[in-house]
Amino acid sequence: MTLLEMKNISKAFPIEGGIFRKRIGFVQALKDVSIDVRKGETLALVGGSGCGKSTLARIVAGLLTPDSGDVLWEGRSLSTCARQERARLIQMIFQDPYASLNPKLSVGTQLMEVVRLALTPPSGTLSLKGEGKAGSMRATCVDLLESVGLSGDALSHYPFQFSGGQRQRIAIARALALQPRLLIADEPLSALDVTVQAQILALFKGLKSTLDLTFLFITHDLAVAANFADRIVVLKEGEVVEEGTPATTLVAPKHPYTRALLDAVPALPR
Amino acid sequence: MLSIEKLNVEYYRGGKTISAVRDFSLAINAGESVGLVGESGSGKSTVALSILRLIRPQEGHIVSGKIQFQGQDLLSLPPENMRDIRCRKIAMIFQDPFTSLNPVMRIREQMDEVLKAHPSLSASPSRLVEALEQVQLESTRVLNSYPHQLSGGQRQRVMIAIALLGQPSLILADEPTTALDVLVQKEILGVLFSLQKKLGLAMLFITHNLGLVTTYTHRIAVMKEGRLVEEGPSQAVFRQPSEAYTRQLLEAIPRLGRSTG
Amino acid sequence: MIKIYFQRFRQNHLAMAGLLIVGFLTVLALVSPWVSPKDPSLQDLTARLQGPSPSHWMGTDDLGRDVFSRLLLGTRISLSVGFVAVGISMSVGTFLGLWAGFFGGKWDTLLMRLVDVMLSIPTLFLILAVLAFLGPNIYNVMAIIGLTSWPGLARLVRGECLSVREREYVQAAKMAGVSTARLLFIHILPNVVAPILVSATLGVGGAILTESALSFLGLGVQPPTPSWGNILSIGRDYLHIAWWLSLFPTLAILVTVLAFNLLGEGLRDVLDPRT
Repeated sequence: MTLLEMKNISKAFPIEGGIFRKRIGFVQALKDVSIDVRKGETLALVGGSGCGKSTLARIVAGLLTPDSGDVLWEGRSLSTCARQERARLIQMIFQDPYASLNPKLSVGTQLMEVVRLALTPPSGTLSLKGEGKAGSMRATCVDLLESVGLSGDALSHYPFQFSGGQRQRIAIARALALQPRLLIADEPLSALDVTVQAQILALFKGLKSTLDLTFLFITHDLAVAANFADRIVVLKEGEVVEEGTPATTLVAPKHPYTRALLDAVPALPR
Repeated sequence: MLSIEKLNVEYYRGGKTISAVRDFSLAINAGESVGLVGESGSGKSTVALSILRLIRPQEGHIVSGKIQFQGQDLLSLPPENMRDIRCRKIAMIFQDPFTSLNPVMRIREQMDEVLKAHPSLSASPSRLVEALEQVQLESTRVLNSYPHQLSGGQRQRVMIAIALLGQPSLILADEPTTALDVLVQKEILGVLFSLQKKLGLAMLFITHNLGLVTTYTHRIAVMKEGRLVEEGPSQAVFRQPSEAYTRQLLEAIPRLGRSTG
Repeated sequence: MIKIYFQRFRQNHLAMAGLLIVGFLTVLALVSPWVSPKDPSLQDLTARLQGPSPSHWMGTDDLGRDVFSRLLLGTRISLSVGFVAVGISMSVGTFLGLWAGFFGGKWDTLLMRLVDVMLSIPTLFLILAVLAFLGPNIYNVMAIIGLTSWPGLARLVRGECLSVREREYVQAAKMAGVSTARLLFIHILPNVVAPILVSATLGVGGAILTESALSFLGLGVQPPTPSWGNILSIGRDYLHIAWWLSLFPTLAILVTVLAFNLLGEGLRDVLDPRT
């Protein structure tokens, strides 16, 4: 069952140059891209830098509007969707864990803010624990933190007191507070050490099965995609060049770009 | 060529003194490439900065230990000799190609600066062209460009070219590919290691990814929390790690052959 | 968060000195009517233009009034003009800067053109013209200084806002459905506030200097209300026979502006986003 459809998405960014900042050209970031994401699957969007994958992610997230084309959720266009409604469907984890959290607010403030939003209508479906609004919101925050492998103590601390991996976990907790159906992860591992990458990937796998999440996973590393994805879509310069399961694309890649990405994975001695 | 003996380095952070490197010893022979692997905070970058004595007095200091380079004790050298070492004998390549180059100067000017700073180097334009050709960059265009007009991979190649200007015998590469995507990473690793072989340079390659260095380097040294945990020929360490921590690092490497979750 | 900032601030001795002096002056300004040794408006024509003495620590002016007491009362004027003027410029500048920086487009263009226009008008002449027209009194002085110093701050805030707006945590809050007001005031403002605070403390010094200049020229606080500027104005006429009428107000202005500058520099060091 198709959960999300990206239909004929095109997006161009103007290049400004010269002293008067005239528009001297365009960078076509996405050219008529159409991709489907099925319910419950992990779709990996793979490509080198500049291929348009982050732009596409932001369009699906609602942070950018496409020049043409549309994003459909269960058949319905998301362009008419209010921000609050979209927030309960799609959430995002960003690449830089050091910029994903507001440095001036405590972890608790940032989580509570989202939990509070989750509890207001239209569909405040979060289960509450304990009596009293504030107490139960706090309990929900603690639950969220524990579900990503952190303790409730984190609530009173500030982001700078945490490592990159821990900050990424907090960002994940925040994203999950609204109980989204689709989680977009924009190169969530790139800024982390390999050992931490492995831990966060394991966390994603665990959350995917317990919460029945659908993932749109953006990465430039085919090895990471191979580890986690059900399907892989390869993007090059704003166009889809190959699509398939890890078994097909990694074993018998059809497009030379896919082959280049495959070669780029550091070879390990046998 | 380079021998580090029982190095101890401390940093000052928030009023406290933290031990970043503890009793670290490592030797690098001429023409050999050694991979220094460890997680963030393991002290690997500190080792490189200590060799070149680039740690600022307000940030930290080398407590004890010896660093011998080609017979000279680096830690007791006077500043002018140290400057000479930094350009002509040992060169360093940093992680972030976006901030390692001055954004308001053209590449030609930045490379010229390096040549002018060392009177023993001839400041001829042909040297710049040669240096860039070594890293397979088209010299006329690149020399006239500003850093922001070049891609991340091109910038890192420029950094390598600058490092080679002084014709050093040892290169310290501190996570040079961490900020680049896989395709560019492969290119840069190719350029770096082929130059290393061709010019017979010794190299210390620092990374958090054990997988990167296994096929490229002769030896691997693993660091954890400031200490050397394991060391040996790359193939041997990879196939038969003797330490649990090394095994952990190996496990963490994302591999293509794994089944999907 | 504030605790950590204060700890860092305490380590900067010059900044602490600035803070203490500012604090002391503020207290002085508040209690001056009750602690001044003599009545500042009491004229004693038999004791005109007397130098510093045990009974008049800073001497007397041309009407026999105690300079020290008048200087003390002048602290009220200087500090209140400083604080209120900066308060006005901070509120207006921050609000407009945030609005332009966040919404961009037409709002941004509009604000930036307005800022350009205001910054190209010579401020002093504008102030003099307005005061001559509306009449010189302390309230007009506060208002006009405030209303001519907001453009610089607005531009500063708008610039910071433009970069903070793109940060991932703002994008994440947007995606969570956080309201625009909350985005602006809870997420963006605290991350933009550092240069505002620094600019504000330095601005107080500037406002005090401007008020002194205006009062010196006769277009600020009018006698008999004492202001450091108008004491200086009297001093000018008697410079060669009554140096104390020029020296002490000058020292007062100097120490006050210096204290605010040190405070501002200290804040800048503490709030520098390098940690």
